[in-house]
Amino acid sequence: MKKSKTIHAILAALTVLLTLTAWSPVQAQQKNIILSTTTSTQDSGLLDVLIPIFEKKTGYFVKTIAVGSGQAMAMGQKGEADVLLVHSPAAEKKFVAGGYGINRRLVMHNDFIVVGPSEDPTKIKGAKPTVEAFKKVASGTALFLSRGDNSGTHAKEMGIWKAAGINPEKQKWYQQTGLGMGQTLNVASEKKGYTLADRGTYLALKKNLSLDILVEGDAILLNIYNVIEVNPAKWPKVNAAGGRAFADFMVSKEVQDIVKTFGVDKFGSPLFFPDAGKKEEDMGK
Amino acid sequence: MIAMAPLLAVKELQVRRGGSLVLDISSLTVEEGTVLSLIGPNGAGKTTLMQTLACLIKPHGGEFFFKGEKVLSNHGLLQYRRKLAMVFQEPLLFDTTVFQNVASGLKIRRMDRSEIEKRVKQNLQRFGISHLIDRSARKISGGEAQRAALARALAIQPEILFLDEPFASLDPPTRESLIEDLEKILRQTNTTTIFATHDRMEALRLSDRIAVMNQGRIFQIGPPDEVMNQPRDEFIASFVGVETILAGRVARKGPSTFIAAIDGQEVEAVGEVEIGEPVVFCIRPENVTLVVSPHPKGTSARNVFPAVITKIVSLGLYYKINLDCGFPLVAYVTGHSLENLSLRDGMVVSASFKATAIHVIRKTKKLPVPSPPSHGK
Amino acid sequence: MELIFEGILKAFYLLFTLDPEVLGITLLSLQVSGTATLISLFFGISIGTLVALTEFPGRRLVVSLINTGMALPPVVVGLFVTIFLWRNGPLGFLGILYTPAAMIVAQAVIATPLVMGITLAAIQALPKKLRLQILALGATRLQMVWILVKEARLPLLAGVMAGFGGVISEVGASIMVGGNIKGYSRVLTTATVMETSRGNFDVAIALGIILLLLAYFINFVLTHIQQRERPR
Repeated sequence: MKKSKTIHAILAALTVLLTLTAWSPVQAQQKNIILSTTTSTQDSGLLDVLIPIFEKKTGYFVKTIAVGSGQAMAMGQKGEADVLLVHSPAAEKKFVAGGYGINRRLVMHNDFIVVGPSEDPTKIKGAKPTVEAFKKVASGTALFLSRGDNSGTHAKEMGIWKAAGINPEKQKWYQQTGLGMGQTLNVASEKKGYTLADRGTYLALKKNLSLDILVEGDAILLNIYNVIEVNPAKWPKVNAAGGRAFADFMVSKEVQDIVKTFGVDKFGSPLFFPDAGKKEEDMGK
Repeated sequence: MIAMAPLLAVKELQVRRGGSLVLDISSLTVEEGTVLSLIGPNGAGKTTLMQTLACLIKPHGGEFFFKGEKVLSNHGLLQYRRKLAMVFQEPLLFDTTVFQNVASGLKIRRMDRSEIEKRVKQNLQRFGISHLIDRSARKISGGEAQRAALARALAIQPEILFLDEPFASLDPPTRESLIEDLEKILRQTNTTTIFATHDRMEALRLSDRIAVMNQGRIFQIGPPDEVMNQPRDEFIASFVGVETILAGRVARKGPSTFIAAIDGQEVEAVGEVEIGEPVVFCIRPENVTLVVSPHPKGTSARNVFPAVITKIVSLGLYYKINLDCGFPLVAYVTGHSLENLSLRDGMVVSASFKATAIHVIRKTKKLPVPSPPSHGK
Repeated sequence: MELIFEGILKAFYLLFTLDPEVLGITLLSLQVSGTATLISLFFGISIGTLVALTEFPGRRLVVSLINTGMALPPVVVGLFVTIFLWRNGPLGFLGILYTPAAMIVAQAVIATPLVMGITLAAIQALPKKLRLQILALGATRLQMVWILVKEARLPLLAGVMAGFGGVISEVGASIMVGGNIKGYSRVLTTATVMETSRGNFDVAIALGIILLLLAYFINFVLTHIQQRERPR
């Protein structure tokens, strides 16, 4: 009966399709590294360049899990990641102090900028220092959009509010999106509000946004990236060798050179500035 | 006379439900090639009995035998089950073509394709539904569906066929034609059948024996005319009805009427028959007229018989008179007539009924059985 | 509006040029969701039929559990599966977190109660006497179950479509247990979320359109089978 033949043919095709690798071989544990990093780092595209080089060189398979800095460090605390690449210095220091991370090393930095509508209703353009700009926003009516997601960006923003002595929670002009950087920029653009963004993401999305850079260059706006290995002493299942290898790779000259020029052809200026070997206190001077 | 082992023999069969006994058959036999009807009110146990014999229900006590061998719970059960088929009141066809439906019992038995095709076509033809062979079972009428269900059962060539009120959902004309066809087919294939029904006319037409059931027990069992004319008690009487049932054979026939020989008497009736054909007559008591003088003249009734009154029963508004004319006969008279004619037990009267008042049931002649005669019909 | 138009153009461009990354993502979506659906069919139909046909103490409870399972929030499933598959979790030794295998597991968990519940209802909707009739035609218990399943094939196929539809479009659990790793555990839904959050709306819309086309095509085939089964 030709009816059942058709059904058999479809089923056969299905089975062939599915057995064609849906079940990825459970790779040897030692060959896997779980890298916990932030969405903005991944969105910059830098890792898409670096990781294939690392994998080719060392044979490791890197699983990049991009979440917010908060979740990244939480994963490290539970031993569910091998190495972290994050940019939330205060939280990182606590993390290391708690014994969860070792060998915290400086990798690179970029900076944050304050962006807003070109009309700039609250007139914060060029305000120095940044804390002043934030104070102005607080006294104005225009909206300020926050990521509100415990990310590095969010942590930086809260740091600035604290330095300004202002608590933005529950204020009429303050809205938290809980979204990634790109989306938050879109919301700010739609609602004609101000927000704190990392330069890289802003540059990448600039053509779709109606936001201008209003404040930049302040030391407080430095966004510093560190690589931290998760402490195998706390969590024996951690791939310590792999984590170490990746961290070493990130501070190696080869990578630092790549970082130096990354983004130039696309945006005219690099997205990051290599800092391996420097001391954090020296930054921004 | 050599007695053949009955096809089915039941001993002390008991089924309980919710603590009470719903089936209690001390003994029952069914001969090969015969049709046994089970009649009785709802809840009498007809369905329970059939489903137990079909191994769909497990009995709580007793046993039954197929061809002399005990039917056991586990051993050889599937073999036994594959020898029977059941048809229910609803056709319960599958959502596919009529062909596939009729073939389903055969596919279950893993028969090979050519044999399946042969049997299916044969049975479709028997039931007159060959033209529906590729039709979806969902798109045929109720009568056609029940025919398909019967074809499905018979395609298996079952050694026992169970029919659980198969005609109850059909309208009268559909029912009529199907019963007629089924009766022929059962005779032709010599299929042993057990058949439950409410309708005593159906039982009459199809069966060789009738069993009256109530409360899980068989109250009376025997040939139709015996059970219906000689009910053992009033309950059975009320259930089997009060028509006189007479079984006979066609002796002679005329242009529109014929004469049947019944218990040594000749009775005239109207109908198209063949000589030698077995027939069953049903005569309603209200159509029987009683006259106290012998050989009345000027009546258009050709069937006039001298009769002895054997019993008079009061039914309130009128009386039921049991008569013996050589064959049993039941008549109704009003109290008024009873008085006028001074009817009493043992009195000799003239009983008459018109040839047109007889309801004739033609029974298909059974195929001659080449082996030793089965006893007692 | 033009954004959507751009997205449509991009979708065709990606498909037409057989962009390898998009092709890979699409294939993986099919593989993961297809496998998960097959698993859910196996467990769903067998257990659903079993529960439908058997009387046992606590049956009501089981049926209500199954029905509740049909409405399991996928993201909650993802969370629990993640916790189980964590290195230090009870099933950590399997080492399948952040792999397509974990995604198959999570999606199978989401789809199975759906298929189970629909099978249960479909089998129960068959006339009660049908079982007796099938047995009375000489079927073994196993043959009876098979015939009943065939009888219920129309609603069962609907269950397959529901199960597949539910998992091909699932994103929360897939991101959590899969990690959305490029070229490895990234599927159409998770890639769409990522591109959106990056602000690449045209790519996101393109991926969304491809997902819709894929789902439509599969359902078209299944519907064709379902409706074609009807003889004239």
